[in-house]
Amino acid sequence: MRPKFYWPKRVLMFYLPMILILTFIIFPLYWTVRTSLMHERDIVSLPIRYLPIPATFTNFITAWDVVGFNMYFRNSLFVAVLSVTLVTFFSIFVGYSLSRFKFRGKNAFMFMMLATQFLPAAMLILPLFMIFRNLNLLNNHFSLVLINTTMQLSFNSILMRGFVSGIPIELEEAATIDGCSRIGAIFKTVIPLLIPGLVATAAFSFVGVWNEFLYAFMFMTSRTNFTLPIGLRSVIGEYTANHGILAAGSMIALVPALLMFVYLQKYLITGLAAGSVKG
Amino acid sequence: MKPVKKSRALGKGLFERENFLAYLFIAPAIILITVFLFYPVANVFYYAFQHQNLMRPWADGPAGFDNFVHIFIEDTVFVGSLWVSLQWVVVQVSFQLVFGMIIALMLNKAFKFRGLVRTIMFYPWAISGVLTAMMWSMMYHQHVGVFNAILLDLGIIQTHIAWLANMSFVFPSVAAAGIWRGIPFFAIMILARLQTVSPEIYEACDVDGANAFQKFFYITLPHLKEAIILATLLRTVWEFNAVDLIMNLTGGGPARATTTLTMYIVNTAVTDQNFGYGSALAAVSFFILLVFAMIYLKASRFGKED
Repeated sequence: MRPKFYWPKRVLMFYLPMILILTFIIFPLYWTVRTSLMHERDIVSLPIRYLPIPATFTNFITAWDVVGFNMYFRNSLFVAVLSVTLVTFFSIFVGYSLSRFKFRGKNAFMFMMLATQFLPAAMLILPLFMIFRNLNLLNNHFSLVLINTTMQLSFNSILMRGFVSGIPIELEEAATIDGCSRIGAIFKTVIPLLIPGLVATAAFSFVGVWNEFLYAFMFMTSRTNFTLPIGLRSVIGEYTANHGILAAGSMIALVPALLMFVYLQKYLITGLAAGSVKG
Repeated sequence: MKPVKKSRALGKGLFERENFLAYLFIAPAIILITVFLFYPVANVFYYAFQHQNLMRPWADGPAGFDNFVHIFIEDTVFVGSLWVSLQWVVVQVSFQLVFGMIIALMLNKAFKFRGLVRTIMFYPWAISGVLTAMMWSMMYHQHVGVFNAILLDLGIIQTHIAWLANMSFVFPSVAAAGIWRGIPFFAIMILARLQTVSPEIYEACDVDGANAFQKFFYITLPHLKEAIILATLLRTVWEFNAVDLIMNLTGGGPARATTTLTMYIVNTAVTDQNFGYGSALAAVSFFILLVFAMIYLKASRFGKED
């Protein structure tokens, strides 16, 4: 048991700073929720209200049906699901290859994957714009799927390498002795054991693709193809005064990423971050 | 690397076939990275030496070093934006590191509701730059924003401040939003490392009568060194390149007060449609980062045991 006089110090040095930081971090979310639930006339009337009373869902209904967030949501979902599927599929094999095989050029390949992390999107949007124009993929979701898959692949493959290394190779050896081919052994023994890792990396890349802004902004030219980030941006221009719709749109964009995060957070500390720091 | 040695035992006599499988497995990654990352980068260096302006297509053609001469000699916006970039990166990375460290140290202790507190502390990690811009612009609003309301109520300010349009307030305002979003990254990286420190070391320190500060500076900090170096480098590169928050909060304004070099590149490319000049700026920015990363890794002796 700690002595009683310890508590005031602990409150001052620990709980007080923590509550201040917590307030700073949670406040923007609270303010967005509050604004999204209020009538516009209540938002703009002074003095400002700190609680959404009376509350209303009209902002969400307007944002979803009238402003077009149902469309943006569908587009974002399409791009994210397709990209994440491709990234996950490819990264299993890249990760497996990096973990289990020794081959010429392996170090060069690792370096190549790391180098991709340093290339700024602002640098790539110009040439990519021309490439996708030549491929006739501008204003087409497949351009976003291709570039998002490429951007997410390196990091995910490196994570996947760690997961594959954690699976004992004896299982594959046993499967090969039982008459499986190498690829058969991978599908029968490695992939089932990889599933927790797969789900984690998929959720990771989902958040990345879901939040991607600059490529979508550059390549999607017509409103019907907008993803949520650029849909939100376009709302500012047209509904400058309408805070309620902006807040409701933000909530619509935010919830899926937030749910993924809540699911992911246990991996953030114990698994993935630790592995990536250790290298 | 242990797994590699093991795989040799499995693949004895099949070495040729193994090699083929290895290359087959990484082929999609190589193709994607080459076509959509390396080829575009090569393109950037090509266009950097071209006049390529969608607004003035009649003047397109080889440019030699024209673009670079213009950047370094005539372009005052370039110098200004580089200065803003430097301030941005220093402010972002240092504040994020300090707050991330504090949060990680707190979350490394046992207390009630730790899981819930951790979730709240880390959630901005999942928030995009565009969303951050939306959420903060509502709070910064001149007339119905909450910051003005609170500061007026407390008597700290006397009139409504236009946080995002005022030359002296815009940078700190945008910076606060960026810091808010970036803290979890550092907190996560540092906490992950903290959890690998064995409690026995601290117990030994307690026996020797070390105080909390001594424990932090002699045990915790050296243990975190590699994680901090890596996180700081990654975040510096990321913050230098990031554009979505600033672009949606201020667009680089007012009067270029928040135009970082990356923001300037995007404006040159998207608004001015001047691809040649934008490419030259991108090439310069790429080299600045490259030189920085090399010096940083060398100076910090990353990966070397001391």
